[in-house]
Amino acid sequence: MSRRLKSGGRLIDRSRRVEFSFDGKPLAGYAGDTLASALLASGQLVMGRSFKYHRPRSVVASGPEEPNALMGIGEGGRFEPNQRATQQALYAGLVARSQNAWPSLAFDVGRVNDWGSRFLPAGFYYKTFMHPRAFWKHVFEPFIRRAAGLGAAPLEPDADRYAQRYAFCDTLVVGGGIAGLSTALAAGRAGERVILVERAGVWGGRAPVDGASIDGSPAGAWVKDAVQALDAMENVTRLSRCEASGVYDHGYVLCCESLTDHLAGKTGPRQRLWRIRAGRVIAATGAIERPLSFAGNDVPGVMLASAVRDYVADYGVAPGERTVIVTNNDDAYRTARVLLAAGLRVAAILEARPDADSRIIREIKQLGVNVHAGRAIAKVHGDDRVTAVTVCLQSGDGTPTQEIRCDCVAMSGGWSPVVHLWSHCGGKLWWDDVRAMFRPDADRPPTGADGRAFVAVAGSASGALTIGEVLADVADLMDTEEPATDSDEEAPIRPVWIMPDGAGPELRAKMWLDYQNDVKVSDVRLAAQEGFESVEHAKRYTTLGMATDQGKLSNVNGLAILADLLDEAIPHVGTTTFRPPYTPVTIGTLAGEARGEIFQPLRRTPMHAWHEDRGAFWEPVGQWRRPYCYPRAGESHDEAVQREVKNTRQAVGMLDASTLGKILVRGPDAARFLDMLYTNLMSTLKPGRCRYGLMCDENGFLIDDGVVARIDEQTFLCHTTTGGADRIHGWMEDWLQCEWWDWKVHTINLTEQFAQIAVVGPKARKVLEKLGGMDVSAEALPFMAWADGKLGGVNVRVFRISFSGELSYEIAVPAGQGQALWDRLAEAGAEFGVMPYGTEALHILRAEKGFIMIGDETDGTVIPQDLGLDWAISKKKDDYLGKRGQARAEFQRDDRWKLVGLQTLDGSMLEDGAYAVREGVNENGQRRVEGRVTSTYMSPTLERGIAMGLVAHGPERMGEVLRFSRIGASPQEARIVNPVFFDPDGEKANV
Amino acid sequence: MSEIVIAAARDIGMITLRGEISALAKAVGMTAPAQRMSVKSEDCRLNWMSPDELLLICPHEEVAQRVTDFARALEGEFATVADVSDARAVFDVTGGGAEIALAHLMPVDFASLAPEEVRRTRMAQIPAALWREGGGWRVVCFRSVALYAEALLKDAAETSRA
Repeated sequence: MSRRLKSGGRLIDRSRRVEFSFDGKPLAGYAGDTLASALLASGQLVMGRSFKYHRPRSVVASGPEEPNALMGIGEGGRFEPNQRATQQALYAGLVARSQNAWPSLAFDVGRVNDWGSRFLPAGFYYKTFMHPRAFWKHVFEPFIRRAAGLGAAPLEPDADRYAQRYAFCDTLVVGGGIAGLSTALAAGRAGERVILVERAGVWGGRAPVDGASIDGSPAGAWVKDAVQALDAMENVTRLSRCEASGVYDHGYVLCCESLTDHLAGKTGPRQRLWRIRAGRVIAATGAIERPLSFAGNDVPGVMLASAVRDYVADYGVAPGERTVIVTNNDDAYRTARVLLAAGLRVAAILEARPDADSRIIREIKQLGVNVHAGRAIAKVHGDDRVTAVTVCLQSGDGTPTQEIRCDCVAMSGGWSPVVHLWSHCGGKLWWDDVRAMFRPDADRPPTGADGRAFVAVAGSASGALTIGEVLADVADLMDTEEPATDSDEEAPIRPVWIMPDGAGPELRAKMWLDYQNDVKVSDVRLAAQEGFESVEHAKRYTTLGMATDQGKLSNVNGLAILADLLDEAIPHVGTTTFRPPYTPVTIGTLAGEARGEIFQPLRRTPMHAWHEDRGAFWEPVGQWRRPYCYPRAGESHDEAVQREVKNTRQAVGMLDASTLGKILVRGPDAARFLDMLYTNLMSTLKPGRCRYGLMCDENGFLIDDGVVARIDEQTFLCHTTTGGADRIHGWMEDWLQCEWWDWKVHTINLTEQFAQIAVVGPKARKVLEKLGGMDVSAEALPFMAWADGKLGGVNVRVFRISFSGELSYEIAVPAGQGQALWDRLAEAGAEFGVMPYGTEALHILRAEKGFIMIGDETDGTVIPQDLGLDWAISKKKDDYLGKRGQARAEFQRDDRWKLVGLQTLDGSMLEDGAYAVREGVNENGQRRVEGRVTSTYMSPTLERGIAMGLVAHGPERMGEVLRFSRIGASPQEARIVNPVFFDPDGEKANV
Repeated sequence: MSEIVIAAARDIGMITLRGEISALAKAVGMTAPAQRMSVKSEDCRLNWMSPDELLLICPHEEVAQRVTDFARALEGEFATVADVSDARAVFDVTGGGAEIALAHLMPVDFASLAPEEVRRTRMAQIPAALWREGGGWRVVCFRSVALYAEALLKDAAETSRA
């Protein structure tokens, strides 16, 4: 039984008891505990059930590599699944729940999968659920979904907020162990701007537990001094509980700082994502101990040797009373040292090496521990906790030599440097046969824009094993003096990928490689037998390393076994790709501040608040919100739209047109420039006049339209669509900067400078005349003219342009006075029945007139000629953007779908996007079609459905009746008509 | 740490000038700012915006006259002058920790920013510019996103304290 020791635990404060609950059971630990250490201290060894076989599992590690002890932590809006108990600091009131167990952690029904595990080999799902095909959706998938998965998804919105912070430095040091601290000290002393991040809440890494002396100080004291020295440097920023998640090109590093995850009082942001630009990154990220593959290596009580000593030394927790240590390297002897010092028994050390000898081995032997050389574990006994191990020869087939009673097994298969940050941007690795590890290859580093390395590794992350090697490595990297230390020579490791060497199928089927995804040695073997030679394929076939821990414990062991089976060298098989994040990052921290009110920028016109007060129903248009309509009490949106249209046709309406793009184009070459940009001729436009124009891309497709006003000889104001404002400005600058850089043209985007109000309808002039201040008569300001002046005392520019077919003035005013002018117009218009109208009425008004809308009649495949806009394409110009594209054969075909009006025979509305269907099917077995609806409305003016569409040979087929598809109903008949439904001679606008 | 104060600055005049920088500066009557920098006079500031663009910040009531004057002074030159005062929203962010709050929204290396430097950048999801003004920072964005910008700044002022 795991328990709390009477004394010890360098990280806990025994004077501060902390209560928490696990699966509803009240428990207590101490301040400084992790959830894992507190559970162990409470005797709660089983912490979860495995993914596939639902085997009882306990904690294996003490750090971020933990695969088993995953829990749901928190409640309600703060519940989060799949949290590693080893990383979760204990706080008062913490609520933790086990996962993947039903009905309870102690008795789980899914365990039957384990007893039938020979029926669930690698690739089982791929092989089994293929046939019959129809079963997948209705039988297999629902079953698998229920049985699979780890934690449950949260049910409530996240109660926390998150932040992001941009930061810059010369050197980012990742890892606050001896290597990281020494590196940061060196960089800080050299005057560099340094950021030092450490994943844990404490500094010093493994050294205080593993024991070391630096410059005559014990590791703990040295760490304290180092931290103080760093804090004294203004050029060093030190962040704890901050994990570097990923390294990206150009020295960009994402680090996730945890702010309240360890606190009971959760005020302020929960996490902060540091978005750091670093001149160079030094990964002092240490190393991860590897498990050994022996039968029953997943039974609760089997742990990494380093984790066993961490629980004893850091938290004063005994994982067991009698520990068997099994190892192939010297490091595990440190566990014996720590256990003995805590008064715990080491039942035996099973030493896979036949003749290892070193100072620490002799030291442990002298303390009376039995070291069995050349021995291995044949089998672990116990179900939900270790009871004994059967010993065998490492070189044999598992024939038992003896059985040793124990309740804890501490295993060490050697160490793997944490090379993730080195690898994220392409740093390569080399296989060190002597140390049995992949190490960063300094000759093939990740390189920056200058072709030089921008990530380096220091300490254990580069493959150093002893404190002496770590300090030497840092001194070499930072070009500093190497401090004195007392590290021992260690005996070399003997790689052990399977224990014992000659284990048969029965043993291999109980050797776990990937605990979280339940992948065993036998599964990798099967993958190799079935021809999965690439490590990437074998990974996907077996799911090795594909769990939330991304194979931190299993990767090297798995590929070594694959290499052995394929009779290849380990480096030849290679590793799978290391990708960010190092450990899972919350979506919340990636979203940062972007939630709720500030999820996205909302663009508001100067009259937005007025619309809001009038109960406008909003339509999102890009990031703008525009009033769709202004429903009155008891009025449906549809009724409101109909009213707004009628009122505009019969009296006068007001539209907030401020979102339209307004780009000033000026310079000696401005006219020439616009002649190239628009399909029609703009250079002949007279100052004081307006002209409607079309813009195409190089392929000839219509991309925008709008009215151009010539201000003076060299100055034009180009109106674009709402969505086109930024895009067309960028398009103009692109041509000016990249192609016609010698043309003398300036563009300035004035979209936001002006509010623009359209006053539309037969009584529009009366409204303006009532306000007074300028002559807006047909003579002074004819159709398609503009004039500067004053209206109601406000400086305005009035454009006589119409997108509705009505007498219409668009009045531009500096944005700051937009609301004032709007109010005055509304007041002056009251007696004429003025009403605001929204975008839907705008659409109907234009559709009644057969005016096209970019994005409705165009979709990126439509040229102006398709829309019958040949009149707006100059034949006189040598060139314009799109001219050559439009000359292509495809655009000359006479069966292109062309714009027509469509009128249903029964007066109803066509469905938006409906296809004109023909008899029969095409070569793909699809219904043959000959056109489609691009705009469709119920016209309040004509009191029937009107539509525009593109139809093959359309304009030549006036009067023909086509059949249009309907969703869930039989086709609808509509006649091809002129697209101008209302006032075809344009008499209403030109008054 | 004193409170971070976010104040909307009103009646700020802004004039965009495009053309040859030295000619523009001459028309304005101020020294031409170096690349990415600004120059200050008593009540104006002239910002370098791009290799052929300056932005004059001046009292709002002077804008109309100045636009006319500049246009006259630049007659015959290839130059463009435009009043953009109403196109912008302006915030003054002052108080201890203002830089840290802004660093939550803008990818700006404040420590390496020269005293007279103008940084055209991004604030969360919108374009923005900033420079030092009156012991704090002046942040400029487009008018249409003023409420978003203000909410962002308030959020950052709160979350940056933790």
